[in-house]
Amino acid sequence: MTSFIIRRLLVMPVTLLGLSLLIFSMLQLLDPVQRASLYISSPPKTADALQAVIHTYGLDKPVWEQYANWLGNLAKGDLGWSKTGQQPVLSAIGNYFPATLELALWSFIPIITVGVWLGVKAAVNHDRPLDQVTRIFSIVGYAIPTFVFGLLMLMIFYATLQWFPPGRLSDWANRVVYSPGYHTITGMNTIDALLNLRLDIFWDAVLHILMPALTIAYVNWALILRVVRSSMLDVLRAEYTTVARAKGLKESAVINRHARPNAMIPVVTIGGLFFAGLLNGAVISETVFNFHGVGWWATNAATNLDAVSVLGVTLFSGALLILANLVVDILYGFLDPRIRLA
Amino acid sequence: MATTTKALQPQPQLPTIALPKARRLPAWLRALLRNPLSVTGAIIVIAFILLALLAPVIAPPKYPEDPYQIPRAGFSAAPKPPSAAHILGTTEGQYDIFYGIVWGTRTAFKVGLIITGLTVLIGGTLGAVSAYVGGWVDEVIQRFVEIVLAFPYLMAAITLQVVLAPRLHDSFLAAMIALTAFSWPGYSRLIRGDVLSVKERDYVLAAKVIGAPAWRILMRHILPNSIYTLLVVASLDIGTYVLAFAALSFLGLGAQPGYADWGQLLSFARNWIPVLSTHWYIVVFPGFAIVLFVLGWNLMGDAFRDALDPKLRGNK
Repeated sequence: MTSFIIRRLLVMPVTLLGLSLLIFSMLQLLDPVQRASLYISSPPKTADALQAVIHTYGLDKPVWEQYANWLGNLAKGDLGWSKTGQQPVLSAIGNYFPATLELALWSFIPIITVGVWLGVKAAVNHDRPLDQVTRIFSIVGYAIPTFVFGLLMLMIFYATLQWFPPGRLSDWANRVVYSPGYHTITGMNTIDALLNLRLDIFWDAVLHILMPALTIAYVNWALILRVVRSSMLDVLRAEYTTVARAKGLKESAVINRHARPNAMIPVVTIGGLFFAGLLNGAVISETVFNFHGVGWWATNAATNLDAVSVLGVTLFSGALLILANLVVDILYGFLDPRIRLA
Repeated sequence: MATTTKALQPQPQLPTIALPKARRLPAWLRALLRNPLSVTGAIIVIAFILLALLAPVIAPPKYPEDPYQIPRAGFSAAPKPPSAAHILGTTEGQYDIFYGIVWGTRTAFKVGLIITGLTVLIGGTLGAVSAYVGGWVDEVIQRFVEIVLAFPYLMAAITLQVVLAPRLHDSFLAAMIALTAFSWPGYSRLIRGDVLSVKERDYVLAAKVIGAPAWRILMRHILPNSIYTLLVVASLDIGTYVLAFAALSFLGLGAQPGYADWGQLLSFARNWIPVLSTHWYIVVFPGFAIVLFVLGWNLMGDAFRDALDPKLRGNK
């Protein structure tokens, strides 16, 4: 097991380096003036000042030297200056990340619990009406793009019924959150409100987060459900399941004790990567619901041609995804001895 | 007994019996036709193909030199509900929704086919070379594939679009290139596996023995025998690419305002969210077009995967 983990750990820096190389090459598509804006917070007034910036930061040096410099800055946590955020890119990511994490948690829990429950049900009732219904549900869910579903939700539950508003908090709640007596601890509104013992704020935050969370959940249930279903079908056909049945166990015991735990192995992979995907900023749902997380900020930066911020977010997301892959691989090794021995 | 003796006798009509057999549809197509869901999917896709082909008849362009430009009925901002002149209403800026949906079908096919074609070309070439040459070439290409796969797909596409658009002065083209750049790795892995198995076949060895050059062996003997799965899988992914492009357009990073594109039509709705209850038609109609299109491809694809998957086939 240790050697397995070490093997995985050794591959990671190589992948990270590759990621940085690709991001750097995308950076090279910008002209030197735009690249100069990576480092400065206000545009230089004269052409000479611009030349000075280009020279100071070595943007006229050979490419490999620039890469080394850039990598050095990266190691110091310097991802450049965000024009749209009016702050360094890294601190902007830090500011917006809690909202994204909060949304990820609020959508991840229903996705996994309901997805697993429905997937197991569908497999156990293979080819019976329940299976067909979930099948249609997942095919339709898979075909509805996030932005269409989100807009429909807003149309029904906000514009028409006025139940769930977009954004992260109502105006009055925002005033409370930014007032002196209120402690911001995690940056996640629902959790902070509970820690501050403000149930009214908590309720307001829940009303705001439910719709984007449900939008993400609905579109993704389809995926989880199908993975669980097919994995469960495989397990139900396995010999050890037949043995369990042959020795006279009740069907519920066969499913709960023998089949389901083994069918969960692929769910770990999908679930892990999926959570990482959610952390990467549910770009579209955050934009549709005006939920100010990393994804919303990245789109905002993209439409304002703030390439530096977008590149920063992608680098951050990529690194996160690689890390998640590693964690999933290791977890997988623990769960399934066949993998660690291979 | 009588039948056996009959069977042993020379049968002049045998070739005519064998002919329909040879003309029988391939197994996957028969499986598709048996499945009602996939037939529904195929009907939806064919309807969209007809809509795209007949676009000039169904919605005659106002500017024949640039038919993808949606005609405007005035310049007032607020959307107008369906009427006799604009049967699906007009969206922000008085762009006709019906015209946008009809010509948007052409955009969808254009985008889907171009992205699929390019990804197959890039993924196919790299995957085939990787498998055929092997050794360090294989190693380098596979590591590269892993790195590209390490990017979060949509975010990566957004990034490349943002840096490319000012260079190309064309955000539409930039969005297509960006999606292509991060879509090919899966295909290269798919074909790599197939080439690896085909390359050990006797006929490839025979071609080597007679001294055929490597490119010829690859192009004439290996690829025709291994590209099939890739083509099937890729053609069913058209719906996915159309969806991804629509998402970029929706975010304002693809088609420009006024271009007949579904995602672009929907992006206008972002400005009218609090009053969508009165302006429902600016979401519902373009949204329905996208959902139906993707649903059609997915229904077909779903049955296809079942038909191609031997594990599921054996248990039916």
